[in-house]
Amino acid sequence: MSERQTLMSARQLTKRFGGLAAVNDVNVDLWLGHIHAVIGPNGAGKSTLTNLLSGDLPPTSGTITLDGHDITGWTPEKISRHRLGRSYQKTNIFRTFSVWDNVRLAAQSRERHAPWNPLRWLQSAAGLTAVNQRCERAIDLAGLTQRSQTVAATISHGEQRQLEIAMVLATDAEVMLLDEPLAGMGSEESAKMVEVLKRLRQTRAILLVEHDMDAVFAVADTITVMVNGEVLESGPPAQIKASVAVQQAYLGSEDSFHV
Amino acid sequence: MSAPQTHLEILPRSVQLLLVLGLAALIAFPFVGTNFYIDMVNRMMILAIFAMSLDLLQGVTGLVSLGHAAYFGIAGYALAFLTPEGAPVSLYTSLPLAVGGSALAALIIGFLVVRTQGIYFIMVTMAFAQMVFFLFFDNKALGGSDGLFLNFKPDAVLIDLENKQVFYFFTLACLVGVYAFLRRLLWSPFGRALSGIRVNEHRMRALGFGTFSHKLAAFTLAGALAGLAGYLWAAQSGFVNPELMGFHMSAHAIMMVILGGMGNFAGAIIGAFSFEMLLHVFKDLPAVGNFETGKHWQMWMGLFIVALIVFAPKGILGLITRLFARKEERHE
Repeated sequence: MSERQTLMSARQLTKRFGGLAAVNDVNVDLWLGHIHAVIGPNGAGKSTLTNLLSGDLPPTSGTITLDGHDITGWTPEKISRHRLGRSYQKTNIFRTFSVWDNVRLAAQSRERHAPWNPLRWLQSAAGLTAVNQRCERAIDLAGLTQRSQTVAATISHGEQRQLEIAMVLATDAEVMLLDEPLAGMGSEESAKMVEVLKRLRQTRAILLVEHDMDAVFAVADTITVMVNGEVLESGPPAQIKASVAVQQAYLGSEDSFHV
Repeated sequence: MSAPQTHLEILPRSVQLLLVLGLAALIAFPFVGTNFYIDMVNRMMILAIFAMSLDLLQGVTGLVSLGHAAYFGIAGYALAFLTPEGAPVSLYTSLPLAVGGSALAALIIGFLVVRTQGIYFIMVTMAFAQMVFFLFFDNKALGGSDGLFLNFKPDAVLIDLENKQVFYFFTLACLVGVYAFLRRLLWSPFGRALSGIRVNEHRMRALGFGTFSHKLAAFTLAGALAGLAGYLWAAQSGFVNPELMGFHMSAHAIMMVILGGMGNFAGAIIGAFSFEMLLHVFKDLPAVGNFETGKHWQMWMGLFIVALIVFAPKGILGLITRLFARKEERHE
């Protein structure tokens, strides 16, 4: 195995909701240049894992490190500023804003905020060249250029999913957590998004939670299979394909995915 | 970048034209109006500044404060304390001190309240405003329930604020200045972030925005601008009492913003003027038999606001825009 630069890792991560362990003793590593896919049946704890890593939920126990910092217990905004971006399984956008304004805010988030600096109150947001460029590139990559002036609430569900991606792209994050980014997208957009992910991978560490097995096996470098909040198996795609435990526990009937 | 906005942040031509006409009317008014009406319009302009300061929280950031009058009153009281009995106080020291006092109070109270959300935010802002109200109401040293008198308007050296017309134009300049400042702020990175917080605060945090500090900055700034309005109010009326920071004052400001249309500051101005005019209309309603309708102005106002929200949820501004949009359609 070649040398890997770990950008994010979680150790013995556990999240309990009352008696239920939604995530139980999970270890995950995200390496630069790798796409780490997490798959598993509904309720396996994939989204909870994503929420723990992004700081949306505090873990019950375990530690998370990002770029050498112990970020366990940090707020989502602080984690985000350490160059982590995420998308949501349930579309989470600024519905009344145009597509452009959605992505522009995401791009703006990388600037110094300085809410207390009166001089910044008089600056024009539309005049931030670097922000506009990042915004335009992200919208273009996500394939939404035609829709950039449309109100986000009125575009199709699939386009809203593309918008989720565009917002993550605009944050220029080094570590990306993508929670079912392809769900609800048309096959054409899906294929395009897979290409985008492949291109992004080189300079980033990506966690991909996804149900689309074709996409997962097309892009993932490592696959972790979760069942009932625990890691069942983790390794390269070939190992997962061959795993008997995975076949039995998750894949169930042989025809559920095409090897 | 002119995306359609549900919040009317971008003002249509018709509204811009209306504002210019309104400004022209305000400039011309002191030359034709009597002293009584000059005072009245002056008060409306001050309330418009107050309503705009609340709109920054209510319409832009999505924080409905039911205690905004506290910051209005604090600056008014500050001017009353700063004005000696036998001489005026300098505008250039008293204004920054009074506005700074309101800002400081908003910063401290804001630090505690902006971490709450929705109904809780409404309740705590009200609770703090009531605390401030009773602090002044119950303490003889702070003027008690009767309040305090100011024998002089602030001394501005170059301009004579004791002159009604001069004071009127000074207020108008403040109104225009605050409006221009807030419109500019609305389109700044800070303003965009505040809008984002209103629409989806959770997403803002996930994007890395420190929403707490943004909200606190907005709360403090809104308090400071409310303070400017309160300062002018105290200077104009020559006395302050606890009512200035009372519940009614706060509630009226909310109604003004809703009446005019939220989130664009023009609506707040239109709302403040309309609200005050309606008050006069309702208070002067003729008696029907033994029933003195004018006495029940609060009821009429309440019914009016309810009707407006049902038929024109975006306020008078929304109504105007709809009217003009329909006309344009017919022309095409």
